[in-house]
Amino acid sequence: MIRISSAGAGALLLDAARGAFNDSVQERIWAVARRMAALPEILQAVPGVNNLLIVFDTIQYDPAILEHSLRAVWEDTLVDASPAREIVLPVTYGGTFGEDIPVVARFAGLTEEEVIAAHVSGEYRVAAIGAMPGFAYLTGLDPRLAIPRRASPRVSVEQGAVSIGGGQAGVMPCTSPTGWHILGKTEEILFDAQRVEPCLFRLGDRVKFRRVG
Amino acid sequence: MIEVLTGSPLNTIQDLGRPRTMTLGVSRGGAMDSAALKLGNLLLGNDIDTAGIEVVFFPFKIRFHADQAFAVTGARGVARLDDEPLPPDWAAKARAGQILTLHAPANGARSYVTFAGGLDVPVVLGSRSTDMKGGFGGYQGRALEAGTRLAAFPSDAKDMPSSGYGLAHPCDLPENVAEVRCLPAAEFDAFTDDSQALFFEQLWTVTRTANRLGYRLESETPLSLRSPLELLSHGIVPGTVQVPSAGMPIVQMADANTCGGYPKIANVIEPDLRLLAQTQTGRQIRFIRVELDEAVAAIRAEAVRMHELGLALQSARTTLLAR
Repeated sequence: MIRISSAGAGALLLDAARGAFNDSVQERIWAVARRMAALPEILQAVPGVNNLLIVFDTIQYDPAILEHSLRAVWEDTLVDASPAREIVLPVTYGGTFGEDIPVVARFAGLTEEEVIAAHVSGEYRVAAIGAMPGFAYLTGLDPRLAIPRRASPRVSVEQGAVSIGGGQAGVMPCTSPTGWHILGKTEEILFDAQRVEPCLFRLGDRVKFRRVG
Repeated sequence: MIEVLTGSPLNTIQDLGRPRTMTLGVSRGGAMDSAALKLGNLLLGNDIDTAGIEVVFFPFKIRFHADQAFAVTGARGVARLDDEPLPPDWAAKARAGQILTLHAPANGARSYVTFAGGLDVPVVLGSRSTDMKGGFGGYQGRALEAGTRLAAFPSDAKDMPSSGYGLAHPCDLPENVAEVRCLPAAEFDAFTDDSQALFFEQLWTVTRTANRLGYRLESETPLSLRSPLELLSHGIVPGTVQVPSAGMPIVQMADANTCGGYPKIANVIEPDLRLLAQTQTGRQIRFIRVELDEAVAAIRAEAVRMHELGLALQSARTTLLAR
């Protein structure tokens, strides 16, 4: 059911995806990541979307042994019982930060207001953190808004841009290129290296957007 | 005090990076040729993870405002302390007022200037490396501009032989075609038989867009999958060779995004990432397939080599000082 492949000599990728994103698989990924991260031989356990990357020190530990313990921990772990927090992000939709709303509306066969309504009423969950510092892959997007990424990514999208892409929602934590579609902007700071907890989001957080403009 | 005289958006402060920050979405970062940075530090008696300057844009000049022991390693270019040329992989002592100039290398792409004691910049998320994407670490989270003044921590290694010293046999740099060893990755078998063979047979040219995030490569025949693949986003480490739909591979490097979704054909083994990092734009590389046990052995051998080099340099320094 799961596939484990080497990602170089110092990392293993456990892929538990069965087609589309699955919530209960993701909860098991979080739980396995937490248990693996506690092992002394693991440098980091990085949950992706229905998958898990573990990184270890090849100088001291053999990949074959790590693969064995990863498989054993997966078999022995069910779901993550940790309580979810709820985070609400104020968003200004449209205008200069919503340049893709018309495109998404055409794709979905909705009016622009309906696109905003579909996005703002969603109940999202932080499935994984990665790509950029503090970026969260938010699952729970209205399937009507599952527009493919832009054919060519924008070279630079500003920090705070509220975006959708590949069936997921996100918020740009820093100014960076992205192929996702931009619907609005939030003033929340998603990442600050100087904070005790640099990322605003934690895995499993429930996220809602609140329209302020 | 050290003053940077030539600015560039590419020259940054780096140590060995952040090995445990992927869960924050923060790249490992660190020196692209980690062996060269380690050597530069070992020459000065520093810990191998001490912060120095990664130089990608030449000529690069710094002025020493106080006496300071330093080393230059990595790419093979002319380096001068005032007018005096320095041999490759060499440590020397600068007097206050002297200027170090690094000229564009004939071979290699990145030089490292290390300082006895190391550069005194704040540790952010466990490292002094500059993270340009996040805008933190290094010197105020950005590249070194002309006029930037940097301090080095005090170090007793300032008492080094006045003539300077270095390696009798400088470190290897890729000549002609670099041979980069790699392991097959998760989607290797999803590529056509022809593409699997071509990946190792074709020579790949390093394109102009190669940078700290990734090395985009080009060759005659693009690689293709047996059938289109939609992957969910997953963690990726430096060395991952992704193949976007256009069929030209991109090797993820130190500042790569920590997650990606493109099919992965291979992973460059850790000790060979430096060969890529030192391959100039327009030059070619070849991928060599190795098995997992060979890769593990190569990684361990590299660690042993570095450890032994450290011991040898320590005893050489003691001997030279006693004279």
